[in-house]
Amino acid sequence: MKNCEYQQIDPQALPPATPNPPPPPRGPHGDRGEEPTAPRRKWQVFPGKNRFYCDGRIIVARQSGVLPLTLGLIIVTCGLFFIFDCPFLVKHLTSCIPVIGGLLFVFVVITLLQTSLTDPGILPRATPDEAADIEKQIDNTGNASYRPPPRTKEVLINQQVVKLKYCFTCKMFRPPRTSHCSLCDNCVERFDHHCPWVGNCVGKRNYRFFYTFIVSLSFLTAFIFGCVTTHLALRAQGGKGLMFALQESPGSAVELVVCFFSVWSILGLSGFHTYLVSSNLTTNEDIKGSWSGKSGEDVSNPYSHKNIFVNCCSVLCGPMPPSLIDRRGFLPADESVQTAAVDTELPTLATKSVP
Amino acid sequence: MATHSLQDMRQQASVAAKVFIQRDYTNGTVCHFQTKFPSELESRINKQQFEETVRTLNNLYAEAEKLGSQSYIEGCLACLTAYIIFLCMETHYEKVLKKIAKYIQEQNEKIYAPQGLLLTDPIERGLRVIEVTIFEERSLTR
Repeated sequence: MKNCEYQQIDPQALPPATPNPPPPPRGPHGDRGEEPTAPRRKWQVFPGKNRFYCDGRIIVARQSGVLPLTLGLIIVTCGLFFIFDCPFLVKHLTSCIPVIGGLLFVFVVITLLQTSLTDPGILPRATPDEAADIEKQIDNTGNASYRPPPRTKEVLINQQVVKLKYCFTCKMFRPPRTSHCSLCDNCVERFDHHCPWVGNCVGKRNYRFFYTFIVSLSFLTAFIFGCVTTHLALRAQGGKGLMFALQESPGSAVELVVCFFSVWSILGLSGFHTYLVSSNLTTNEDIKGSWSGKSGEDVSNPYSHKNIFVNCCSVLCGPMPPSLIDRRGFLPADESVQTAAVDTELPTLATKSVP
Repeated sequence: MATHSLQDMRQQASVAAKVFIQRDYTNGTVCHFQTKFPSELESRINKQQFEETVRTLNNLYAEAEKLGSQSYIEGCLACLTAYIIFLCMETHYEKVLKKIAKYIQEQNEKIYAPQGLLLTDPIERGLRVIEVTIFEERSLTR
Protein backbone atom coordinates (compact mmCIF):
# COMPACT_ATOMS: atom_id res chain seq x y z
CA MET A 1 0.00 0.00 0.00
CA LYS A 2 2.87 2.39 0.72
CA ASN A 3 4.01 2.18 -2.92
CA CYS A 4 0.51 3.14 -4.05
CA GLU A 5 0.64 6.28 -1.93
CA TYR A 6 3.97 7.52 -3.26
CA GLN A 7 2.97 6.82 -6.82
CA GLN A 8 0.18 9.37 -6.56
CA ILE A 9 2.65 12.24 -6.34
CA ASP A 10 3.26 11.79 -10.04
CA PRO A 11 6.14 13.77 -11.60
CA GLN A 12 3.73 14.65 -14.41
CA ALA A 13 1.30 16.11 -11.95
CA LEU A 14 3.86 18.29 -10.16
CA PRO A 15 4.47 21.36 -12.38
CA PRO A 16 0.85 22.29 -13.29
CA ALA A 17 -0.12 21.99 -9.57
CA THR A 18 -3.71 20.93 -10.23
CA PRO A 19 -5.72 21.76 -7.15
CA ASN A 20 -8.24 19.08 -6.30
CA PRO A 21 -11.46 20.06 -4.59
CA PRO A 22 -10.08 20.95 -1.14
CA PRO A 23 -9.48 18.03 1.17
CA PRO A 24 -8.91 18.93 4.85
CA PRO A 25 -5.69 20.88 5.46
CA ARG A 26 -3.85 17.98 7.13
CA GLY A 27 -2.82 14.95 5.04
CA PRO A 28 -5.52 12.31 5.59
CA HIS A 29 -3.24 9.32 6.12
CA GLY A 30 -0.89 11.18 8.39
CA ASP A 31 2.27 9.53 7.11
CA ARG A 32 2.77 11.45 3.88
CA GLY A 33 6.46 12.21 3.86
CA GLU A 34 7.18 15.79 4.97
CA GLU A 35 4.19 17.92 5.87
CA PRO A 36 4.21 21.72 5.86
CA THR A 37 4.48 23.29 9.30
CA ALA A 38 1.16 25.17 9.10
CA PRO A 39 -1.63 25.14 6.49
CA ARG A 40 -1.39 28.26 4.37
CA ARG A 41 -4.32 30.43 3.45
CA LYS A 42 -5.08 31.38 -0.14
CA TRP A 43 -4.42 35.08 0.36
CA GLN A 44 -0.76 34.30 1.06
CA VAL A 45 -0.30 33.04 -2.49
CA PHE A 46 -2.60 35.53 -4.20
CA PRO A 47 -1.05 36.53 -7.56
CA GLY A 48 -2.47 40.06 -7.88
CA LYS A 49 -0.96 43.28 -6.57
CA ASN A 50 -2.96 43.51 -3.38
CA ARG A 51 -2.15 43.70 0.29
CA PHE A 52 -4.02 41.79 2.97
CA TYR A 53 -4.54 42.52 6.64
CA CYS A 54 -6.18 40.76 9.56
CA ASP A 55 -5.28 37.33 8.17
CA GLY A 56 -7.02 37.99 4.85
CA ARG A 57 -10.15 39.71 6.11
CA ILE A 58 -9.18 43.12 4.72
CA ILE A 59 -7.97 43.66 1.14
CA VAL A 60 -6.47 46.84 -0.29
CA ALA A 61 -4.72 47.72 -3.54
CA ARG A 62 -0.94 47.81 -3.30
CA GLN A 63 -0.83 51.55 -3.92
CA SER A 64 -3.09 53.25 -1.42
CA GLY A 65 -3.23 56.26 -3.71
CA VAL A 66 -4.41 59.31 -1.88
CA LEU A 67 -6.70 57.47 0.53
CA PRO A 68 -4.88 58.90 3.57
CA LEU A 69 -5.36 62.38 2.09
CA THR A 70 -9.08 61.76 1.52
CA LEU A 71 -9.57 60.50 5.06
CA GLY A 72 -7.43 63.28 6.45
CA LEU A 73 -9.34 66.00 4.65
CA ILE A 74 -12.69 64.64 5.78
CA ILE A 75 -11.65 64.18 9.41
CA VAL A 76 -9.86 67.52 9.70
CA THR A 77 -12.68 69.50 8.07
CA CYS A 78 -15.33 67.85 10.22
CA GLY A 79 -13.18 68.27 13.31
CA LEU A 80 -12.83 71.99 12.66
CA PHE A 81 -16.58 72.16 12.04
CA PHE A 82 -17.41 70.62 15.41
CA ILE A 83 -14.86 72.75 17.26
CA PHE A 84 -15.41 76.16 15.69
CA ASP A 85 -18.86 76.31 14.15
CA CYS A 86 -21.09 74.01 16.16
CA PRO A 87 -20.94 75.82 19.52
CA PHE A 88 -21.94 79.11 17.93
CA LEU A 89 -24.68 77.57 15.78
CA VAL A 90 -26.11 75.52 18.64
CA LYS A 91 -26.37 78.69 20.70
CA HIS A 92 -27.89 80.80 17.96
CA LEU A 93 -29.83 78.34 15.83
CA THR A 94 -30.58 74.78 16.77
CA SER A 95 -28.86 71.80 18.36
CA CYS A 96 -29.87 69.59 15.45
CA ILE A 97 -26.86 70.84 13.51
CA PRO A 98 -24.11 68.82 15.21
CA VAL A 99 -26.42 65.78 15.24
CA ILE A 100 -26.98 65.92 11.48
CA GLY A 101 -23.32 66.70 10.92
CA GLY A 102 -22.26 63.81 13.11
CA LEU A 103 -24.55 61.33 11.37
CA LEU A 104 -23.36 62.40 7.94
CA PHE A 105 -19.72 62.21 9.04
CA VAL A 106 -20.09 58.67 10.40
CA PHE A 107 -21.93 57.59 7.24
CA VAL A 108 -19.24 59.05 4.99
CA VAL A 109 -16.33 57.47 6.85
CA ILE A 110 -17.96 54.05 7.04
CA THR A 111 -18.85 53.95 3.35
CA LEU A 112 -15.37 55.21 2.43
CA LEU A 113 -13.71 52.44 4.42
CA GLN A 114 -16.04 49.86 2.95
CA THR A 115 -15.23 51.03 -0.58
CA SER A 116 -11.50 50.86 0.11
CA LEU A 117 -11.30 47.66 2.06
CA THR A 118 -13.75 45.44 0.14
CA ASP A 119 -12.92 43.07 -2.67
CA PRO A 120 -14.30 44.94 -5.72
CA GLY A 121 -15.20 41.75 -7.57
CA ILE A 122 -11.83 40.26 -8.41
CA LEU A 123 -11.95 37.21 -10.65
CA PRO A 124 -9.51 34.50 -9.63
CA ARG A 125 -7.08 33.50 -12.37
CA ALA A 126 -7.75 30.39 -14.39
CA THR A 127 -6.28 27.15 -13.10
CA PRO A 128 -3.65 25.54 -15.34
CA ASP A 129 -6.15 22.89 -16.50
CA GLU A 130 -8.70 25.51 -17.51
CA ALA A 131 -6.07 27.54 -19.33
CA ALA A 132 -4.90 24.47 -21.23
CA ASP A 133 -8.49 23.64 -22.17
CA ILE A 134 -9.08 27.13 -23.55
CA GLU A 135 -5.79 27.07 -25.45
CA LYS A 136 -6.82 23.78 -27.02
CA GLN A 137 -10.09 25.27 -28.21
CA ILE A 138 -8.45 28.32 -29.75
CA ASP A 139 -5.31 26.81 -31.22
CA ASN A 140 -6.93 24.69 -33.92
CA THR A 141 -3.82 24.50 -36.06
CA GLY A 142 -1.96 22.74 -33.26
CA ASN A 143 1.01 25.02 -33.85
CA ALA A 144 2.38 25.97 -30.46
CA SER A 145 5.56 27.66 -31.60
CA TYR A 146 4.26 31.19 -32.01
CA ARG A 147 1.93 33.39 -30.03
CA PRO A 148 -1.40 33.77 -31.82
CA PRO A 149 -2.86 37.24 -32.43
CA PRO A 150 -5.01 38.76 -29.66
CA ARG A 151 -7.96 36.48 -29.16
CA THR A 152 -11.58 37.55 -29.07
CA LYS A 153 -14.78 35.64 -28.85
CA GLU A 154 -18.14 37.01 -29.89
CA VAL A 155 -21.28 36.31 -27.95
CA LEU A 156 -24.84 37.43 -28.42
CA ILE A 157 -26.24 39.13 -25.34
CA ASN A 158 -29.87 40.19 -25.57
CA GLN A 159 -29.57 40.33 -29.37
CA GLN A 160 -26.46 42.52 -29.14
CA VAL A 161 -23.06 41.34 -30.35
CA VAL A 162 -20.45 41.67 -27.61
CA LYS A 163 -16.75 40.89 -28.05
CA LEU A 164 -15.09 39.05 -25.19
CA LYS A 165 -11.35 39.57 -24.98
CA TYR A 166 -8.79 37.01 -23.83
CA CYS A 167 -6.78 38.11 -20.80
CA PHE A 168 -3.16 36.95 -21.17
CA THR A 169 -2.42 37.53 -17.50
CA CYS A 170 -5.39 35.67 -16.07
CA LYS A 171 -5.44 33.14 -18.93
CA MET A 172 -9.17 33.22 -19.60
CA PHE A 173 -11.77 34.97 -21.69
CA ARG A 174 -13.02 37.90 -19.68
CA PRO A 175 -16.75 37.76 -18.93
CA PRO A 176 -18.78 40.68 -20.27
CA ARG A 177 -18.18 43.99 -18.46
CA THR A 178 -15.02 42.65 -16.88
CA SER A 179 -11.77 44.54 -17.30
CA HIS A 180 -8.20 43.97 -16.19
CA CYS A 181 -6.87 46.66 -13.87
CA SER A 182 -3.16 47.16 -14.50
CA LEU A 183 -2.62 48.85 -11.14
CA CYS A 184 -4.01 45.93 -9.18
CA ASP A 185 -3.12 43.28 -11.80
CA ASN A 186 -6.52 41.64 -11.47
CA CYS A 187 -9.54 41.15 -13.66
CA VAL A 188 -12.44 42.90 -11.95
CA GLU A 189 -16.09 42.15 -12.70
CA ARG A 190 -18.26 45.05 -13.85
CA PHE A 191 -15.14 47.21 -13.73
CA ASP A 192 -16.01 50.87 -13.28
CA HIS A 193 -12.66 52.57 -12.67
CA HIS A 194 -9.66 52.51 -10.34
CA CYS A 195 -10.21 55.36 -7.91
CA PRO A 196 -6.99 56.82 -6.43
CA TRP A 197 -8.96 58.81 -3.81
CA VAL A 198 -10.29 55.58 -2.43
CA GLY A 199 -7.19 53.54 -3.15
CA ASN A 200 -9.05 50.62 -4.72
CA CYS A 201 -10.84 49.54 -7.88
CA VAL A 202 -14.56 50.22 -8.06
CA GLY A 203 -16.32 47.15 -9.42
CA LYS A 204 -19.34 44.96 -9.02
CA ARG A 205 -19.09 44.36 -5.28
CA ASN A 206 -18.23 47.81 -4.01
CA TYR A 207 -19.96 50.10 -6.51
CA ARG A 208 -22.92 50.64 -4.20
CA PHE A 209 -20.56 51.58 -1.36
CA PHE A 210 -18.76 54.01 -3.65
CA TYR A 211 -22.00 55.60 -4.84
CA THR A 212 -23.31 55.96 -1.29
CA PHE A 213 -19.96 57.45 -0.31
CA ILE A 214 -19.95 60.17 -2.97
CA VAL A 215 -23.63 61.03 -2.48
CA SER A 216 -23.31 61.30 1.29
CA LEU A 217 -20.06 63.22 0.87
CA SER A 218 -21.86 65.74 -1.38
CA PHE A 219 -24.50 66.18 1.31
CA LEU A 220 -21.83 66.54 3.99
CA THR A 221 -19.79 69.06 2.00
CA ALA A 222 -22.86 71.10 1.09
CA PHE A 223 -24.09 70.95 4.69
CA ILE A 224 -20.78 72.13 6.14
CA PHE A 225 -20.48 74.82 3.50
CA GLY A 226 -23.97 76.06 4.31
CA CYS A 227 -23.38 76.01 8.06
CA VAL A 228 -20.04 77.81 7.83
CA THR A 229 -21.53 80.50 5.60
CA THR A 230 -24.42 80.98 8.01
CA HIS A 231 -22.03 81.09 10.95
CA LEU A 232 -19.80 83.71 9.35
CA ALA A 233 -22.80 85.73 8.20
CA LEU A 234 -24.25 85.74 11.70
CA ARG A 235 -20.92 86.74 13.21
CA ALA A 236 -20.43 89.53 10.67
CA GLN A 237 -23.82 91.04 11.49
CA GLY A 238 -24.12 94.40 13.08
CA GLY A 239 -21.55 96.02 10.84
CA LYS A 240 -18.65 93.99 12.28
CA GLY A 241 -17.52 92.72 8.86
CA LEU A 242 -16.30 89.44 7.43
CA MET A 243 -12.65 89.90 8.49
CA PHE A 244 -13.71 90.21 12.12
CA ALA A 245 -15.75 87.04 11.83
CA LEU A 246 -12.83 85.17 10.29
CA GLN A 247 -10.50 86.35 13.02
CA GLU A 248 -12.89 85.08 15.66
CA SER A 249 -13.20 81.70 13.99
CA PRO A 250 -10.09 80.91 11.95
CA GLY A 251 -11.02 77.28 11.47
CA SER A 252 -14.00 78.34 9.43
CA ALA A 253 -11.71 79.84 6.82
CA VAL A 254 -10.03 76.49 6.24
CA GLU A 255 -13.38 74.74 6.03
CA LEU A 256 -14.67 77.32 3.61
CA VAL A 257 -11.78 76.84 1.24
CA VAL A 258 -11.88 73.04 1.37
CA CYS A 259 -15.64 72.85 0.94
CA PHE A 260 -15.81 75.46 -1.78
CA PHE A 261 -13.34 73.61 -3.99
CA SER A 262 -14.61 70.13 -3.31
CA VAL A 263 -18.36 70.67 -3.44
CA TRP A 264 -18.39 71.31 -7.20
CA SER A 265 -16.30 68.29 -8.15
CA ILE A 266 -18.10 65.97 -5.73
CA LEU A 267 -21.53 67.17 -6.81
CA GLY A 268 -20.49 66.75 -10.42
CA LEU A 269 -19.22 63.24 -9.76
CA SER A 270 -22.43 62.30 -7.94
CA GLY A 271 -24.49 63.60 -10.81
CA PHE A 272 -22.39 61.68 -13.33
CA HIS A 273 -22.67 58.44 -11.39
CA THR A 274 -26.42 58.94 -10.92
CA TYR A 275 -26.68 59.08 -14.69
CA LEU A 276 -24.56 55.91 -14.98
CA VAL A 277 -26.66 54.08 -12.40
CA SER A 278 -29.94 55.03 -14.07
CA SER A 279 -28.75 53.74 -17.43
CA ASN A 280 -26.85 50.74 -16.00
CA LEU A 281 -23.52 51.80 -17.48
CA THR A 282 -20.02 51.73 -16.10
CA THR A 283 -17.51 54.59 -16.31
CA ASN A 284 -15.34 52.30 -18.43
CA GLU A 285 -18.13 51.73 -20.99
CA ASP A 286 -19.11 55.38 -20.99
CA ILE A 287 -15.57 56.56 -21.68
CA LYS A 288 -15.01 53.99 -24.42
CA GLY A 289 -18.42 54.75 -25.91
CA SER A 290 -19.23 51.06 -26.16
CA TRP A 291 -22.98 51.59 -26.46
CA SER A 292 -23.24 55.05 -27.93
CA GLY A 293 -23.40 53.89 -31.54
CA LYS A 294 -20.49 56.02 -32.76
CA SER A 295 -19.76 53.82 -35.74
CA GLY A 296 -23.28 54.25 -37.05
CA GLU A 297 -24.41 50.75 -36.22
CA ASP A 298 -27.50 50.11 -34.19
CA VAL A 299 -26.11 49.47 -30.71
CA SER A 300 -27.80 49.76 -27.39
CA ASN A 301 -26.79 48.77 -23.90
CA PRO A 302 -27.77 45.10 -23.59
CA TYR A 303 -27.54 45.15 -19.80
CA SER A 304 -30.03 47.94 -19.25
CA HIS A 305 -33.51 47.00 -18.05
CA LYS A 306 -34.90 49.89 -20.14
CA ASN A 307 -36.44 51.43 -17.04
CA ILE A 308 -34.66 54.00 -14.87
CA PHE A 309 -36.18 52.78 -11.63
CA VAL A 310 -35.37 49.12 -12.31
CA ASN A 311 -31.82 50.04 -13.34
CA CYS A 312 -31.26 51.97 -10.12
CA CYS A 313 -32.70 49.18 -8.01
CA SER A 314 -30.68 46.48 -9.72
CA VAL A 315 -27.39 48.35 -9.39
CA LEU A 316 -27.82 49.69 -5.87
CA CYS A 317 -30.22 47.32 -4.17
CA GLY A 318 -29.55 44.08 -6.00
CA PRO A 319 -28.28 40.95 -4.22
CA MET A 320 -24.76 41.31 -2.88
CA PRO A 321 -22.50 38.91 -4.81
CA PRO A 322 -19.96 36.92 -2.78
CA SER A 323 -16.22 37.37 -2.99
CA LEU A 324 -14.82 34.90 -5.53
CA ILE A 325 -11.27 34.82 -4.33
CA ASP A 326 -11.82 33.01 -1.01
CA ARG A 327 -9.00 34.81 0.75
CA ARG A 328 -9.25 32.94 4.02
CA GLY A 329 -9.65 29.47 2.57
CA PHE A 330 -6.86 26.99 3.12
CA LEU A 331 -4.66 25.81 0.28
CA PRO A 332 -5.22 22.15 -0.58
CA ALA A 333 -2.68 20.02 1.30
CA ASP A 334 -1.16 18.46 -1.82
CA GLU A 335 -0.46 21.90 -3.28
CA SER A 336 1.33 23.03 -0.12
CA VAL A 337 3.29 19.77 -0.01
CA GLN A 338 4.23 20.05 -3.65
CA THR A 339 5.40 23.63 -3.46
CA ALA A 340 7.41 22.93 -0.32
CA ALA A 341 8.83 19.51 -1.08
CA VAL A 342 9.35 19.46 -4.86
CA ASP A 343 13.15 19.41 -4.69
CA THR A 344 13.55 16.95 -1.87
CA GLU A 345 10.98 14.30 -2.85
CA LEU A 346 11.99 13.82 -6.47
CA PRO A 347 15.22 11.81 -5.92
CA THR A 348 13.45 9.39 -3.55
CA LEU A 349 10.63 8.94 -6.07
CA ALA A 350 13.07 7.78 -8.71
CA THR A 351 14.23 4.94 -6.50
CA LYS A 352 10.81 4.08 -5.05
CA SER A 353 8.92 3.73 -8.32
CA VAL A 354 11.39 1.28 -9.81
CA PRO A 355 10.15 -1.97 -8.22
CA MET B 1 -11.16 -2.32 -1.94
CA ALA B 2 -14.56 -1.10 -3.00
CA THR B 3 -15.33 2.30 -1.67
CA HIS B 4 -17.59 5.11 -2.77
CA SER B 5 -16.13 7.72 -0.47
CA LEU B 6 -15.19 10.77 -2.54
CA GLN B 7 -12.06 11.27 -0.46
CA ASP B 8 -10.76 7.78 -1.20
CA MET B 9 -11.56 8.07 -4.86
CA ARG B 10 -9.52 11.24 -5.16
CA GLN B 11 -6.56 9.53 -3.55
CA GLN B 12 -6.67 6.18 -5.31
CA ALA B 13 -7.82 6.98 -8.84
CA SER B 14 -5.79 9.03 -11.27
CA VAL B 15 -7.27 11.77 -13.36
CA ALA B 16 -7.87 10.83 -16.99
CA ALA B 17 -9.27 14.15 -18.17
CA LYS B 18 -11.12 17.27 -17.12
CA VAL B 19 -14.07 18.76 -18.91
CA PHE B 20 -15.06 22.38 -18.41
CA ILE B 21 -18.63 23.60 -18.83
CA GLN B 22 -18.36 27.28 -19.70
CA ARG B 23 -20.72 30.12 -18.92
CA ASP B 24 -23.54 31.08 -21.24
CA TYR B 25 -23.87 34.86 -21.56
CA THR B 26 -26.86 35.11 -23.90
CA ASN B 27 -29.03 36.48 -21.10
CA GLY B 28 -26.52 38.96 -19.78
CA THR B 29 -24.12 38.71 -16.89
CA VAL B 30 -26.31 36.42 -14.74
CA CYS B 31 -24.65 33.17 -13.75
CA HIS B 32 -25.84 30.59 -16.28
CA PHE B 33 -23.92 27.58 -17.55
CA GLN B 34 -24.15 26.02 -20.99
CA THR B 35 -26.38 22.96 -21.03
CA LYS B 36 -24.71 21.43 -24.08
CA PHE B 37 -23.66 17.85 -23.27
CA PRO B 38 -19.87 17.41 -23.69
CA SER B 39 -18.88 14.47 -25.89
CA GLU B 40 -16.22 13.24 -23.44
CA LEU B 41 -18.90 12.27 -20.94
CA GLU B 42 -20.95 10.21 -23.37
CA SER B 43 -19.54 6.93 -22.19
CA ARG B 44 -19.97 7.69 -18.51
CA ILE B 45 -23.26 9.39 -17.86
CA ASN B 46 -26.74 9.74 -19.21
CA LYS B 47 -27.28 12.94 -21.22
CA GLN B 48 -30.62 13.75 -19.60
CA GLN B 49 -29.18 13.28 -16.13
CA PHE B 50 -26.32 15.64 -16.77
CA GLU B 51 -28.48 18.29 -18.38
CA GLU B 52 -30.87 18.04 -15.44
CA THR B 53 -27.99 18.70 -13.03
CA VAL B 54 -26.81 21.75 -14.97
CA ARG B 55 -30.36 23.05 -15.32
CA THR B 56 -30.96 22.75 -11.58
CA LEU B 57 -27.71 24.59 -10.90
CA ASN B 58 -28.72 27.34 -13.31
CA ASN B 59 -32.07 27.69 -11.56
CA LEU B 60 -30.38 27.91 -8.18
CA TYR B 61 -28.02 30.64 -9.37
CA ALA B 62 -30.97 32.49 -10.90
CA GLU B 63 -32.69 32.31 -7.52
CA ALA B 64 -29.60 33.75 -5.83
CA GLU B 65 -29.37 36.68 -8.24
CA LYS B 66 -33.08 37.31 -8.55
CA LEU B 67 -34.17 40.93 -8.43
CA GLY B 68 -37.25 40.71 -6.29
CA SER B 69 -38.81 42.37 -3.31
CA GLN B 70 -36.66 40.41 -0.89
CA SER B 71 -33.39 41.57 -2.44
CA TYR B 72 -34.64 45.16 -2.65
CA ILE B 73 -35.62 45.18 1.02
CA GLU B 74 -32.26 43.68 1.95
CA GLY B 75 -30.48 46.27 -0.19
CA CYS B 76 -32.37 49.29 1.14
CA LEU B 77 -31.98 48.18 4.74
CA ALA B 78 -28.28 47.68 4.16
CA CYS B 79 -27.95 51.17 2.68
CA LEU B 80 -29.65 52.75 5.68
CA THR B 81 -27.22 51.07 8.05
CA ALA B 82 -24.22 52.13 5.92
CA TYR B 83 -23.93 48.47 4.81
CA ILE B 84 -22.76 47.35 8.21
CA ILE B 85 -25.33 44.56 8.23
CA PHE B 86 -23.35 42.83 5.47
CA LEU B 87 -20.66 42.23 8.06
CA CYS B 88 -23.08 40.68 10.55
CA MET B 89 -25.72 38.91 8.51
CA GLU B 90 -25.52 36.17 5.94
CA THR B 91 -26.88 37.49 2.65
CA HIS B 92 -29.50 35.72 0.57
CA TYR B 93 -26.85 34.93 -2.05
CA GLU B 94 -24.64 33.21 0.53
CA LYS B 95 -27.57 31.13 1.75
CA VAL B 96 -28.26 29.93 -1.80
CA LEU B 97 -24.56 29.16 -2.32
CA LYS B 98 -24.74 26.82 0.67
CA LYS B 99 -27.75 25.12 -0.91
CA ILE B 100 -25.80 24.73 -4.15
CA ALA B 101 -22.82 23.22 -2.34
CA LYS B 102 -25.08 20.69 -0.68
CA TYR B 103 -26.80 19.84 -3.98
CA ILE B 104 -23.49 19.27 -5.74
CA GLN B 105 -22.25 17.03 -2.95
CA GLU B 106 -25.47 15.02 -3.12
CA GLN B 107 -25.22 14.65 -6.88
CA ASN B 108 -21.59 13.58 -6.62
CA GLU B 109 -22.33 10.94 -4.02
CA LYS B 110 -25.42 9.51 -5.68
CA ILE B 111 -24.79 9.80 -9.39
CA TYR B 112 -21.32 10.93 -10.44
CA ALA B 113 -18.93 9.18 -8.10
CA PRO B 114 -20.22 5.67 -8.97
CA GLN B 115 -19.42 6.49 -12.60
CA GLY B 116 -15.91 7.74 -11.82
CA LEU B 117 -16.77 11.42 -12.24
CA LEU B 118 -16.51 14.38 -9.90
CA LEU B 119 -18.22 17.76 -10.17
CA THR B 120 -16.39 20.74 -8.69
CA ASP B 121 -18.50 23.50 -7.17
CA PRO B 122 -18.22 26.48 -9.59
CA ILE B 123 -17.59 28.86 -6.68
CA GLU B 124 -14.17 27.25 -6.28
CA ARG B 125 -13.42 28.26 -9.86
CA GLY B 126 -14.68 31.82 -9.52
CA LEU B 127 -18.09 30.94 -11.02
CA ARG B 128 -16.39 30.66 -14.42
CA VAL B 129 -16.78 26.96 -15.15
CA ILE B 130 -18.24 23.71 -13.89
CA GLU B 131 -15.22 21.43 -13.77
CA VAL B 132 -15.96 17.74 -14.31
CA THR B 133 -13.05 15.48 -13.43
CA ILE B 134 -13.03 12.14 -15.22
CA PHE B 135 -11.17 9.46 -13.31
CA GLU B 136 -9.53 6.52 -15.00
CA GLU B 137 -11.58 3.40 -15.40
CA ARG B 138 -10.38 1.09 -12.64
CA SER B 139 -11.82 -2.16 -11.46
CA LEU B 140 -13.85 -0.40 -8.82
CA THR B 141 -16.52 -2.88 -7.95
CA ARG B 142 -19.90 -1.43 -7.16
